[in-house]
Amino acid sequence: MAQLDSKIPEGDLKDKWTNYKEHQHLVNPANKRKIDIIVVGTGLAGASAAASLAEMGFKVKAFCYQDSPRRAHSIAAQGGINAAKNYPNDGDSVYRLFYDTIKGGDYRAREANVYRLAEVSNLIIDQCVAQGVPFAREYGGLLANRSFGGALVSRTFYARGQTGQQLLLGAYSALSRQIGLGNVEMHSRTEMMDLVMIDGRCRGIVTRNLITGEVSSHFAHCVILATGGYGNVYFLSTNAMGSNGSAAMKAYRKGAYFANPCMVQIHPTCIPQHGDYQSKLTLMSESLRNDGRIWVPKKKEDAEALRKGLKKASDIPDEDRYFYLEERYPAFGNLVPRDVASRNAKERCDAGYGVNNTGNAVFLDFKYAIERLGKDVVEQRYGNLFQMYQKITDTDPYKEPMMIYPAIHYTMGGIWVDYELSTTIPGLFAAGEANFSDHGANRLGASALMQGLADGYFVLPYTVQEYLADQFNVKRINPKENAEFQKAEKEVKEYIDKLMKINGKHSVDHYHKELGKIMWNNVGMARTKESLEKAISEIKALREEFWKDVKIPGSANGLNVELEKANRVADFLELGELIARDALHRNESCGGHFREESQEEGEAKRDDENFMYVGAWEYKGYNQEPELHKEPLNYQFIKVQKRNYKTGK
Amino acid sequence: MKGFFKSSIGKKLVMSITGLFLILFLLFHMSMNIVAIISGEAYNKVCEFLGTNWYALAGTAVLALGFLFHLVYATILTIQNRKARGNDRYDNQNLPAGVEWSSKNMFVLGAIVFVGLILHLSHFWSKMMFAELAGCEGLQFGATDGAAWINYYFSQWYNVVIYLVWFVAIWFHLNHGFWSAFHTLGASNSKWIPRLKCISTWFTSIVMGGFALTVLVAFFTAK
Amino acid sequence: MAEGHKSLNLTLKVWRQAGRNAQGQFKEYTVSNISTEASFLEMMDILNEQLIETADPDGPVAFDHDCREGICGMCSLFINGRAHGPDDDITTCQLHMRKFNDGDKITIEPWRSGGFPIIKDLMVDRTAYDKIMQAGGFVSVSTGGVPDANAIPIPKPDADEAMDAAACIGCGACAATCKNGSAMLFVSAKVSQLALLPQGKAEAARRAKAMVAKMDELGFGNCTNTGACELECPKSVSISHIARLNREFLKANIKD
Repeated sequence: MAQLDSKIPEGDLKDKWTNYKEHQHLVNPANKRKIDIIVVGTGLAGASAAASLAEMGFKVKAFCYQDSPRRAHSIAAQGGINAAKNYPNDGDSVYRLFYDTIKGGDYRAREANVYRLAEVSNLIIDQCVAQGVPFAREYGGLLANRSFGGALVSRTFYARGQTGQQLLLGAYSALSRQIGLGNVEMHSRTEMMDLVMIDGRCRGIVTRNLITGEVSSHFAHCVILATGGYGNVYFLSTNAMGSNGSAAMKAYRKGAYFANPCMVQIHPTCIPQHGDYQSKLTLMSESLRNDGRIWVPKKKEDAEALRKGLKKASDIPDEDRYFYLEERYPAFGNLVPRDVASRNAKERCDAGYGVNNTGNAVFLDFKYAIERLGKDVVEQRYGNLFQMYQKITDTDPYKEPMMIYPAIHYTMGGIWVDYELSTTIPGLFAAGEANFSDHGANRLGASALMQGLADGYFVLPYTVQEYLADQFNVKRINPKENAEFQKAEKEVKEYIDKLMKINGKHSVDHYHKELGKIMWNNVGMARTKESLEKAISEIKALREEFWKDVKIPGSANGLNVELEKANRVADFLELGELIARDALHRNESCGGHFREESQEEGEAKRDDENFMYVGAWEYKGYNQEPELHKEPLNYQFIKVQKRNYKTGK
Repeated sequence: MKGFFKSSIGKKLVMSITGLFLILFLLFHMSMNIVAIISGEAYNKVCEFLGTNWYALAGTAVLALGFLFHLVYATILTIQNRKARGNDRYDNQNLPAGVEWSSKNMFVLGAIVFVGLILHLSHFWSKMMFAELAGCEGLQFGATDGAAWINYYFSQWYNVVIYLVWFVAIWFHLNHGFWSAFHTLGASNSKWIPRLKCISTWFTSIVMGGFALTVLVAFFTAK
Repeated sequence: MAEGHKSLNLTLKVWRQAGRNAQGQFKEYTVSNISTEASFLEMMDILNEQLIETADPDGPVAFDHDCREGICGMCSLFINGRAHGPDDDITTCQLHMRKFNDGDKITIEPWRSGGFPIIKDLMVDRTAYDKIMQAGGFVSVSTGGVPDANAIPIPKPDADEAMDAAACIGCGACAATCKNGSAMLFVSAKVSQLALLPQGKAEAARRAKAMVAKMDELGFGNCTNTGACELECPKSVSISHIARLNREFLKANIKD
């Protein structure tokens, strides 16, 4: 078993990043021009990395499957971005942000990485303001903050309910500037199909142009994957329709380890599912939990009446309402971390207290906030979210409480990276949600944006140079004249042909939905040995069936949406199994991963003795069992504790 | 300023400034007409004053030039805009309520205004300033007897109808053009858009009402 | 929530076009048992499943979509004569079938504007908007070395108005609706946002000129202040930003 070297710099926690930067190798400005970098994905991490590296003088090629880099799914993040500015003077600090993130992640993240994240968080806010991101402000003209789940301080910066959009547009504007200057070559509507390896290093990618169907390849001295998470394995999630895990899976098959795939976050405040034809779930920002109160009826007969439509929420008096989060977790109340809130909602619904026709919903009530603050204030804070809710459900949340239910939202797991964000393949880096690095077993609200931008603006521009410092002598390769590139292209074409030739009976979506059901029922919020073993065997069977019987109409020479989906679902069908395997081996409950076997007094029970490590999986071939590598987590600077959201101390 | 008048906003600015200039002229013209209602003699005094003096001629030339620019740029813009729209048209397009009818038909309205203007010039200007300049003789009334010409033409009912229709077209054209001109100049914001639209309607109604009044008074007082 | 939940049978009149230069035409399809709770794009998914099942010679209908929550700006259908369909302040993906009645015939067209050539069926090419952004839709700051975020206070009304403009999702409904094929609302949103903030003011003149020049070069039409764009804008971006763009552009040109 190869030892995983996380390359954490020496020194005190506070000095590690500074030491690293001060002693790392740099590339001379004249040599930067001779170096090509490929960035796949143009969300927060990808766009910010591409822009920053191009500003430094590297030649960047950026790729995205959407029609424009501005459409990446980072845009959908609503609530905000954390930073340790301590502007509200409520006791925040870099250390506290670091501590909250590690604790929120249930002690399954690497200390050094998380500390660095907290350290650069303040720079992100400065950078975004300088780009013209219109963060919310107080009347005095200074920046406003709000609180978020899992934290006792107000450290979240926001731009109405569109923070992700505004930050992405900021990064997109920086990227656009570099495209305009000719430093970035942008390839939109282009999907990465594989990596190209030369002498054990990653030297480029093979792509398919989604409009013309053309398969071509591109050289670079190093490749950065910023391709987001794989939540769509579950079919229904809050991810965009096109979000996929394919780039990560292609890297995994080429030798990059996949870390903690079972760490999947289920977001507590989504609009409940309403039908079988549904294509996606919509998230309602977690910020709603600041002022909304979550409850279900105390009496089963009330819940039944609600399900049948015989009663309305307003018919149930306060004394018959069970504000289960407030009662069970007095210190954090409705602001407990996402995994805790989600699991409690599921527990109540499974116990028969669900409030909508499917029995899978709880109330998020603004009646009390309206009484306390007035309708105007509530409208000012959440107006656009309320409008969104009303458009989707046709219910007025000012009058009737919202109904919410957990849904797959974010994947903490991802490609294994070391402190430099380098994968186990030399020359291949992973950033943002695509890597596993900072959130451990559970991500806190408003931290995804922070991590994406930290990786792209402030980490990769340094660490990539460390790798590239001796690479300027490597001459640019013309893929057309290189055997390795030609071989990789040929393999991709054969793979596409193989998919097209199946010509079976069922559409790609059919298989995707089936996979989603297996995943949600067996690898969802509560997992058992049996359910996971069942999932593994069912996914295997489904995968066999897919490769025999999927139907892709049209041709590969041109726009073919079904082919795009087939490529992604083929990868999901392997990734789903990997998630289940990881979940099966991790016989403990931590963060988003909840094993029914491992609990005490109804709360998740972590097993630090046996599982305080990162589980990184190495690909061993199609239908072969992957090999597990463990990166032990040594907490040197923080005292490992049980997560406690009950007492406040 | 290089290339300014070739830019889309530059061209729109030409429309805006010439338009405002023409609006100003209309205000002046209307005030003159009100004089005609009150006293034919006074009106003729004004006609005499404006006659073929250098300043009046210069004014007319500038006015004609302004008009010409407005018309030429309108044509250029309309051609460009049609092209920008692409070759395919929607099979079905329902604009939401709130888009002014006139704003969608400015060019057509402008064309109607133009045709009406030719008629109007042939009725009055050719018999007055132009006749004076060209030294035409043997007309029914003198070149400075504007009041007589007014009474003559507007005693005929069909002229009254034609002019009223023309005024309605101008009303629509102006009602959009007025606030739009300020908007193009940048002299507008979310607070002022509704205000300008309101002013636009009042101003246009007063000016066009004044013109209509002249015509109607002439018709009903004609013997 | 389930109150008034109904099922619809519909006729869809959909624009089919094989490629950019191919001749397009309308084709009619019927879909049945569509729940009023479904979104419009879920209805399109059902249609596509049907077209795959029946091996329709034209294949599934190509249309752009991604986030399906009204923010990415990818979806772009012209439904029954309106950009993003018969509802206000939403994108196509937020349109729900409860806006339609049983037996309706729904016309679905792509954006039709010179600036947005059709790629296939209902999918159009909006890279022109990216090019305009590349010409000047940014503040020229590089990563690092910027002042503290609170170093420059910004009056709340300015920050709020900048946010109103910044809400633009670049979907193209404005140019698609405009009878002049003008992209002024899109361009003005960015120019206005950055002109309102002290960080963007330093290069406001340069930005206004560069973005307008690019917009003209790409063949977008001239704004005639009809205001149709703001009424169809899913994010209610106001034409007052166009007034600010005009002002900024004038100022920029008078200065040199």
